[in-house]
Amino acid sequence: MQNWIVLGATSGMARPFLRRLAIDGARLMLAGRDMEELETLAKDCKLRGAAEVEVIAFNIRDTAAFPALIDKLAATQGVLNLACFVGTMPEQSAIDADPMLIDEVVTDNFTGPAKFLSLLAPVMEARGEGVIVGVGSVAGDRGRVGNYVYGAAKAGFATYLSGLRNRLGRKGVHVMTVKPGPVETRMTEGMKLPFMAKPEQVAEDIMGGIERRANVLYTARIWYFIMMVIRAIPEPIFKKMSI
Amino acid sequence: MTKDTHYTGWGRALRAKGPVARPEKLRHLAELPPTPAFGMRRSYGDAPLNSGGAMVDMSGFDRFLAFDPETGCLTVEAGARIGDVATAFVPQGWIPAVMPGTGFATVGGCIAQDVHGKNHHHVGSFGAHVTEIVLLQNGVELTATPGTALFQATVGGLGQTGVILRATLRLKRCDGNLMLVTERRARNWEEHLAFLDASEASYTVGWIDATATGPAMGRGIVEEGEIGKGLVKERKRTAKVPLDAPHFALSSPVVRAFNQAYYHRVPAHGRTIARPMADFFFPLDKIHDWNRLYGRRGFHQFQCVVPLSSARALRAMMERISTSGLASPLAVLKRMGAGRAGYLSFPMEGYTLAIDFPNRAAARDLIRTLEIETAEAGGRLYFAKDALAEGARIRTMYPELNLWQEEVARADPTGAYQTDLVRRLNLRSA
Repeated sequence: MQNWIVLGATSGMARPFLRRLAIDGARLMLAGRDMEELETLAKDCKLRGAAEVEVIAFNIRDTAAFPALIDKLAATQGVLNLACFVGTMPEQSAIDADPMLIDEVVTDNFTGPAKFLSLLAPVMEARGEGVIVGVGSVAGDRGRVGNYVYGAAKAGFATYLSGLRNRLGRKGVHVMTVKPGPVETRMTEGMKLPFMAKPEQVAEDIMGGIERRANVLYTARIWYFIMMVIRAIPEPIFKKMSI
Repeated sequence: MTKDTHYTGWGRALRAKGPVARPEKLRHLAELPPTPAFGMRRSYGDAPLNSGGAMVDMSGFDRFLAFDPETGCLTVEAGARIGDVATAFVPQGWIPAVMPGTGFATVGGCIAQDVHGKNHHHVGSFGAHVTEIVLLQNGVELTATPGTALFQATVGGLGQTGVILRATLRLKRCDGNLMLVTERRARNWEEHLAFLDASEASYTVGWIDATATGPAMGRGIVEEGEIGKGLVKERKRTAKVPLDAPHFALSSPVVRAFNQAYYHRVPAHGRTIARPMADFFFPLDKIHDWNRLYGRRGFHQFQCVVPLSSARALRAMMERISTSGLASPLAVLKRMGAGRAGYLSFPMEGYTLAIDFPNRAAARDLIRTLEIETAEAGGRLYFAKDALAEGARIRTMYPELNLWQEEVARADPTGAYQTDLVRRLNLRSA
């Protein structure tokens, strides 16, 4: 039996991914802050075919609650997998006005998920199987004027996941880093962004990535090439650009 | 609220600019002032547009909420796609009683346009199988049930009684997972109508070659479908139209050649084949964004229904279309039953004709002529398709408009839910 714990389950990007898992008949644990939304989502997953659905109150900033959840996960029967969709993205201008916000951005996008995954790592090592999907962002590939604090946090998370992959890969646990370009969710509401992907497409790409054990997955795929170009721009030129 | 976005209906000929909110949680929606809503914008014209004002995109509210395996009653959020409902429930032996020609239509949209399917002559319209609708009306949630004026003003009501949040549908038992489709050539208009009249199948639809003239005028292929069991090759990966096509893509010679081939695809003596359900119900969904085939200027769909007694008038209209050289390959002829569930529902007992035209001046002129002829034939135009009609003419086609107006005036006294279509046709004032 495939078990999936999904952190940030109420995010717009997580929903179609959950449905794919539900259709495959997986056992789901939906973790997030908004219990009412989680309950609704749970009904949806159940009706679409999930074997079992459980909702778990979870806040990435509440590290004190982590160990209890880790213990619960350690006791799970069957294969344990995790997907982390947790993240927040305040406007860069809001952060410029109040730099103390940086703490929250780094907690939500990097250190919170990293702490949880580091607590889970020994559990996964002992199990010797399973998949961890961490959702980063193409914003982490280069510091851009419009989004560099969020980008820095996602870059930190990506580097962390790379190390975790190195560690857990030896024990049969696969870690996949997902780097979505802009996705049509509430996070990007009203923004005009190039190559916007639908959450359904992201879910399909993630499922494909899991199947072929991709290490780093760009979605939509075109972002792999776009970011290759953007990373290659020399800093003296890049610093004058606003992209 | 959010920044301005450019958006269109499915036909892409009419456009709007304004803020579009994309809430994912009910409390996000509750924070907004009363605003009209759209789902997947599968209506062709300006029903899902609000120039100058704001819109709410409900496609994020797409969750299934409850299912009763005894009665087949399924409660879903308004943004749930009807095709997704079918995908999830057909394996369990249930199917939406009515499905429109695209599985991407949302349940909210199906209600607001009171859509019909290929089985309208047997089961009536979408609204006939809705047992409850929950509306958000000026910040207050309320429930509409069949038999009430609010229900009849909401079904087919173009969203003017408030935002549809969720609904309960009574699904139909279905014993099988594929379609057994019998295809027959109809050699001309008379034979085409005769086949449709005589059909006793659960699902019946006619494809019409809108380029055929002379003795072959009105020829086409009549498809009759029954749900069956067995194994059939799953549909292949979907294709996508990545760019707006150039204008000649659907020019007259191309359409003529395509239609010729499409007609002769079916052997002269007909055939029966098994097909995946989605291929039968949603033939065009395989090609994502197929509306881009019509290029940047978009297209119009003309759809009318005329009473059975006006078959001759419809023939004259078809003749006009065939000789114009303007039609596209997408042309459908169907026999409708009398079933309709709302004051502004489209169906009436008779024949319905739907044809796509590229958005050009000549096509717009033709559509205007066809609209006059529809009115003269005692027929009706469909709000889900219309982009060009004159308010005065279309209003006379809906005899229960005043009942709808009364209820809408109660539901939305300030006119907060008005859309471009409602304003263009002046539907809300006497």
